[in-house]
Amino acid sequence: MKRVEEWVDVVVVGAGHAGCEAALACARLGMETILFTVSADSIAMMPCNPNIGGSSKGHLVREVDALGGEMGKNIDRTFIQSKMLNLSKGPAVHSLRAQADKAEYSRSMRKVLQETEHLKIRQMEVTELIVEDGTLTGVRTYSGAVYHCRACILCTGTYLKARCIYGDVSTYTGPNGLQAANYLTDSLKANGVKMYRFKTGTPARIDGRSIDFSKMQEQKGDERVVPFSFETDPASVQIPQVSCWLTYTNEDTHRIIRENLDRSPLYSGMIEGTGPRYCPSIEDKVVKFADKDRHQVFIEPEGVHTNEMYVGGMSSSLPEDVQLAMYRSVAGLEHADIVRNAYAIEYDCIDARQLDLSLEFRNIRGLFSAGQFNGSSGYEEAAAQGIIAGINAARKIQGKEPLILDRSEAYIGVLIDDLVTKENHEPYRMMTSRAEYRLLLRQDNADLRLTPKGYEVGLISEERYQRLLEKERMIQEETKRVKKTSVGTEEEVQEFLRSQESTELRSSARLSELISRPELSYQKLSVIDRERKELPEEVQEQVNINIKYEGYLQRQLKQVEQFKKMEARKIPQDIDYDKVPSLRTEARQKLKECRPSSIGQASRIAGVSPADVSLLMIYIR
Amino acid sequence: MQGDTIAAISSAAADSGIGIVRISGPDSFAVIDRIYRPKKGSRKLSEKKSHTIHYGYIMDGGDVVDEVLVMIMRGPGTFTAEDTVEIDCHGGVCAMRKILETVIKNGARPAQPGEFTRRAFLNGRIDLSQAEAVMDVIQSKNEYALKNSVSQLKGSVRKEITELRGQILYHTAYIEAALDDPEHISLDGYKEKIEDEITEIGEKIRRLISTADNGCILKEGIRTVIVGRPNAGKSSVLNALLGEERAIVTEVAGTTRDTLEETINLNGITLIITDTAGIRETEDIVEKIGIGRAREKLENADLVLYVADSSEKLDENDAAVIRMLRDKKGIVLLNKSDLETVTTREMIEAMIEREDEKAEEADGDSCGENPPEEEDAGKPNSRRKRVPEYPVISISALEGTGIDLLEEKLKEMFYQGELSQDNEVCITNMRHKALLMDAAESLERVRESISLGMPEDFLTIDLMGACEALGEITGETASEDMINEIFGKFCLGK
Repeated sequence: MKRVEEWVDVVVVGAGHAGCEAALACARLGMETILFTVSADSIAMMPCNPNIGGSSKGHLVREVDALGGEMGKNIDRTFIQSKMLNLSKGPAVHSLRAQADKAEYSRSMRKVLQETEHLKIRQMEVTELIVEDGTLTGVRTYSGAVYHCRACILCTGTYLKARCIYGDVSTYTGPNGLQAANYLTDSLKANGVKMYRFKTGTPARIDGRSIDFSKMQEQKGDERVVPFSFETDPASVQIPQVSCWLTYTNEDTHRIIRENLDRSPLYSGMIEGTGPRYCPSIEDKVVKFADKDRHQVFIEPEGVHTNEMYVGGMSSSLPEDVQLAMYRSVAGLEHADIVRNAYAIEYDCIDARQLDLSLEFRNIRGLFSAGQFNGSSGYEEAAAQGIIAGINAARKIQGKEPLILDRSEAYIGVLIDDLVTKENHEPYRMMTSRAEYRLLLRQDNADLRLTPKGYEVGLISEERYQRLLEKERMIQEETKRVKKTSVGTEEEVQEFLRSQESTELRSSARLSELISRPELSYQKLSVIDRERKELPEEVQEQVNINIKYEGYLQRQLKQVEQFKKMEARKIPQDIDYDKVPSLRTEARQKLKECRPSSIGQASRIAGVSPADVSLLMIYIR
Repeated sequence: MQGDTIAAISSAAADSGIGIVRISGPDSFAVIDRIYRPKKGSRKLSEKKSHTIHYGYIMDGGDVVDEVLVMIMRGPGTFTAEDTVEIDCHGGVCAMRKILETVIKNGARPAQPGEFTRRAFLNGRIDLSQAEAVMDVIQSKNEYALKNSVSQLKGSVRKEITELRGQILYHTAYIEAALDDPEHISLDGYKEKIEDEITEIGEKIRRLISTADNGCILKEGIRTVIVGRPNAGKSSVLNALLGEERAIVTEVAGTTRDTLEETINLNGITLIITDTAGIRETEDIVEKIGIGRAREKLENADLVLYVADSSEKLDENDAAVIRMLRDKKGIVLLNKSDLETVTTREMIEAMIEREDEKAEEADGDSCGENPPEEEDAGKPNSRRKRVPEYPVISISALEGTGIDLLEEKLKEMFYQGELSQDNEVCITNMRHKALLMDAAESLERVRESISLGMPEDFLTIDLMGACEALGEITGETASEDMINEIFGKFCLGK
């Protein structure tokens, strides 16, 4: 029988948020790329919450953008509400979050893919990996076609052997009733890949016409919207925004849930996968936090052209009748009509410790993976891994060293290092507390941190790079200037200080000293700073942060120096841990599983003690 | 971590003629310059020629810590191949510790077990054929240190540190949870709320640190108390051990009216020996005070040497002593073997057994009135029976016979781990102290940040620092604990 047989550079499996970034990166770097999806109508679909960004996830989006990715630009084009979170806190935890028009987001991303050179979209299930001598050489599809390739990136999300469950009803489909991918797991296992089974869930979608918004608090977007992408013109995102709505569960809701717990598949043992603790179902919350008499519920629109509303905070896998009763017990939802039921979803993913920091499989060269397949959760986490896997697949083909961001350079670095180093028993979500150098890894300086790398890789245009260099120069010069320039005790200065409720000067002081006062800032000092040139807002912001938090930043920089020393001590990839004398058995075991690339990475493995690290250092010398 | 500057006492941690504190790393000379004052002249040591010895003082601010000889050696011609400074001080654990502390205050950090050796190896000073031996040393030293560290941190101190860490972790997790999910968790007023508590935790940590300073002499050895009825020869035993006449020895019963304390070294084991007043019913007020102190000392002792008089019959006073010894590690010294034997080993053992039985009955009666203070699994058991039984050694303190047997016995008990420095109320480990100081400093910075009006996310950076330092003492890691605390205590999420 004749079969289709094609030759490409890169095969990307899955067109979610990881797959899109991976395919775009490869194609933009000149690789002939083919992107497989089970549904070409569902590219960059958002099967759960309708937002992009949020605490620490907003950082990831900014970083993806700074490297030359698409997510930031796409949400800037399709958002319907936007907020900068944590504005009352320090600059390191400011975080953008936007509500997306889901359909528009998907459509817009598809358009970008379709307009990208070297990139083809193909609706087809990939069923088998073709591996020869530990190297991936191609994939086979359900139809029997063979696509020979030089690298493949798996971004299968929650589709592998997916099963959706609520009550005693379960369907063997991916999210939203889409076709599951039921064959690839077996092929992976046959090639020695260790798989996990994870679980996550989503709340119901409710018909907007059936909701009484007058019983809820309105949640508006920011008056002045900040775009995600460093390339988006801020003027273009000042658009009319939609509102979200806040309401609460109550004792009645909790009673309904408690009375029906025995019918929950989570508690009856029907679900075997491990669920995330940070995204608990409402039944989990009611059981675990029994002392709380109410939980917040956010009603969020799914788009402009639909009246479906997402019920944030109430994901569930309870039976349909209980869901209906439970939602209807909430203020404003008394007459709610459900459009789509809440459900839990189980899926296969991998133990990501089988990957290198480049996201390539250690034992199947040429095979990369990204996103939920790697045990993470979230659109942003997926996109972040996607762009790195894409870049590294392309670089491998080009014969170049992989791009690896470390923990001191980016949240992306923290994310990937955590995934491939630590044993992970639940879907991994990014959090600011995971980033030990977070004062340096701010969303406002993602471009300064990463755009030079994106340029080097080839995803950032010359023009954008030059603009960045110019910005850097302005920041440096201005920071220097305010450290040198003094103001005296003249009445104008004192008057200004009084107006800001700041202590008057006894003798002259440098501008930088005034900026570091809590009640003042670089921007405020413009009144008394005569020589100041007109500078772009983002430059002013950097100068202000540099001066205001200088002590803290210096301290973190020092810690980073120490950190880098340990990261620089590489462990040879062919090391035989059985030959390292005196290691404790547990340490030996963990080291074998993770095969860290550096002493620094080894020291982060749970179960490897400082003494074991010493032994390793001695052995590899 | 390679590349920073480390310090440690590198002579045996027991009393010896000379103690050596060694510093190694790039800042070695900077550290010694900060704390060294020469006897004559004023040139900095860092400007002196390599491999030279200098005579002067180690200073802590304006105070002289000790008179020392300092050897400075530039890398790579040193053991570690790094710049190295060795401070020879008067032996004595206390002096060495003070110097090490001063060194650490001025920029070095306490070395990890085996770290000098590791550096020597990594810098090519030991060749590869020795690698395996080096590794074994590191692993075993580490195990020893770990065991030692845990045994030095029992009971109340460990509990307190764990509690303090728990409080800090809770607040850190609360703030982090709020940063991650600002719409669910509000931080309004939280800074004000925790300010007092942070201050209080800081004070508690400083109090722990101060126990390390006050307890210095007391804690660096096995606290040994000599007890017995009057004139059984306790002071003679002490003198025999000391090898000199320090305690007043007369034939009048009740000569030692207060307690005397001496530090001695037997086969490398440091004993801090307290001679006590004889225990007997007395009307003499001064003597009564002495007996009271003896009881107090006994409470805190790691080891009891019970001196009985073999030339006389056991009496009520002996029984009283035996009753006081319950639950204590001890050795019975049957003294005056040079005289005619009236009391034999068997007679003493019989008396111990009798007293135990009586006490057991009494325990049954008073049960509930005196519940055990610590939840120590070993204790209830030892209340039933004396474990291990007291070895009995026959000696003559006067003629010095049998003392060698006592030394052997002590050595045996120590190396079999029966004797340890079980100091529940004090911080005794240098590393623990340095970590507590780190934690206190971190909390100080938290307070500073609050007073400067810094946003909450700046506070957690130093709160985490404090958690990490305390966790290193108790053996817990901060990052995973934090994530667990966030998920466990606070309800987040979609």
